[in-house]
Amino acid sequence: MTPALSVDAVSFAFGSQTVLDCVTFDVHDGEFVALTGPNGAGKSTLLRILLGLLPPLAGTVEVFGASPRDLRDRWRIGYVPQRSVLPENLPATVEEVVATGRLARRGWSRRPGPADREAVSHALESVLVDDLRRRRMHELSGGQQQRVLIAKAFASEPDLLILDEPVAGIDADSQRRFRDSLVHFGRSHGTAVLLVSHELGAVAADLDRVLVLRQGKIAFDGKPEELTATGVSLGVHQTDLPLWLEDPGLKSPR
Amino acid sequence: MSLPLPWPFDRDYMQLALVAGLVVGVCAPLIGTFLVQKRMSLMGDGIGHVAFAGVAAGLLFGVWPIGTALIAAVAGAVCIEWLRSRGRAGGDLALAVLFYSGIAGGVVLTGLAGSLDASTLTYLFGSILTVTSGDALTIAALGLVILVAVVVGWRALFAVIVDEEAARVAGLPVDVLNLGLAGLTAVTVVAGMRVVGVLLVAAMMVLPVGAAQRVARSFRGTLVLASAIGSFSAVTGLAVARAFGLAPGGAVVLVAASCFVVAAVYKGPAGSRLLVTSGNARR
Repeated sequence: MTPALSVDAVSFAFGSQTVLDCVTFDVHDGEFVALTGPNGAGKSTLLRILLGLLPPLAGTVEVFGASPRDLRDRWRIGYVPQRSVLPENLPATVEEVVATGRLARRGWSRRPGPADREAVSHALESVLVDDLRRRRMHELSGGQQQRVLIAKAFASEPDLLILDEPVAGIDADSQRRFRDSLVHFGRSHGTAVLLVSHELGAVAADLDRVLVLRQGKIAFDGKPEELTATGVSLGVHQTDLPLWLEDPGLKSPR
Repeated sequence: MSLPLPWPFDRDYMQLALVAGLVVGVCAPLIGTFLVQKRMSLMGDGIGHVAFAGVAAGLLFGVWPIGTALIAAVAGAVCIEWLRSRGRAGGDLALAVLFYSGIAGGVVLTGLAGSLDASTLTYLFGSILTVTSGDALTIAALGLVILVAVVVGWRALFAVIVDEEAARVAGLPVDVLNLGLAGLTAVTVVAGMRVVGVLLVAAMMVLPVGAAQRVARSFRGTLVLASAIGSFSAVTGLAVARAFGLAPGGAVVLVAASCFVVAAVYKGPAGSRLLVTSGNARR
């Protein structure tokens, strides 16, 4: 069966500086995978390659069997950015922002139909912001804005959801709500989820696999309990990586 | 043939001015709503300067100045979008390049033509009271292009404003949309040239939007309200200009500026935040 996301021997460099070195992994339908690693490990670069925003120097990326740039139904990829990039004081309601998530699916020049309105309502409800739908975006807290961006990604009903540090800088309550929404959406739609984050505490119990990227290489690919058994906390990674993750020359205990 | 309209629109020339003013009053804020959110409020100004070079070329070679202005403005808009999207110059630097090249080109071409005559000044400062029925038809046709494009594309343009990168990931034709917006800005500038002049046309893209976004609750509401304020400014500005013998282009823009001040004051302390934000957008 074709994986939702297949990354095969992907390498990338900025000039002479290698950023990614032969990165290989798959994410299958319905699987919930976290990609973590310290700052500068190459996560952001890898993410941009997976999304088709940057071509790899070597290797291939396939989303549902096609290159991300050549994928016909691009709406099948849902993307949640690290933080809101909305213009300050943008005069837009929560509902309008979430509705933009449906554009690629129905065709950008078409008017929204009943199915689009229903999908937007469902997405708003699934992240518990339906009561805020008429509020302007800049009136919301950072955590609420982040949930709206997640709803925007949910609105296209994607088959692969890629999230970039979605809980960075938001409080514990918002993290718990984020976890509930993500897990519920992934399970109810059979969506493959790739979560790129330093902070995995909120979703640790729900993960199928964890990938640790270290100095451009996959240093660990396994179940979360195998990683925690080595003494690694699934909280903030930068400070507590064990020696075998700090030094790519050492092997995993697996 | 005059329509039976009350004063101040009881004369032929005022009725033609009303048509031209309403088209620009409706359309310029529609395009400006997108430019302001993208922090490109001065794009209309930059393209206006290039359009002036086009007018000068038309006058020099004895061809239809609005046509040459349209060609120059669209070329300038494509150029600025290319510079911006390829990262060869930041948004404000790309604008500055266009600004100075346009005005310098205009100065050289008017110099070649022999003098800076009255016909050139009508495009620089507007001359809505001398609009002919042919001009009004041209302006209405350009306005129709803008209106149809916004009705079809506003949701996609809004998605690009919300998150350009996410829009690319979703497969929206972001480059085409950005180029289209630049082209529509050029069309708006040319449509507004005879009404308020190339030096003031950008004001009609920015001031009504600044007022509307303070009051409206949604993006769609901002589009509609900005157009309503633009239309009100055009009608009121023309009436005030006729009553007091003022320059109509300047009067229209001053009414729009008054609307902005009223909206800022109406919203109390938040109004001062708008002034700061708007200033940032211009940098």
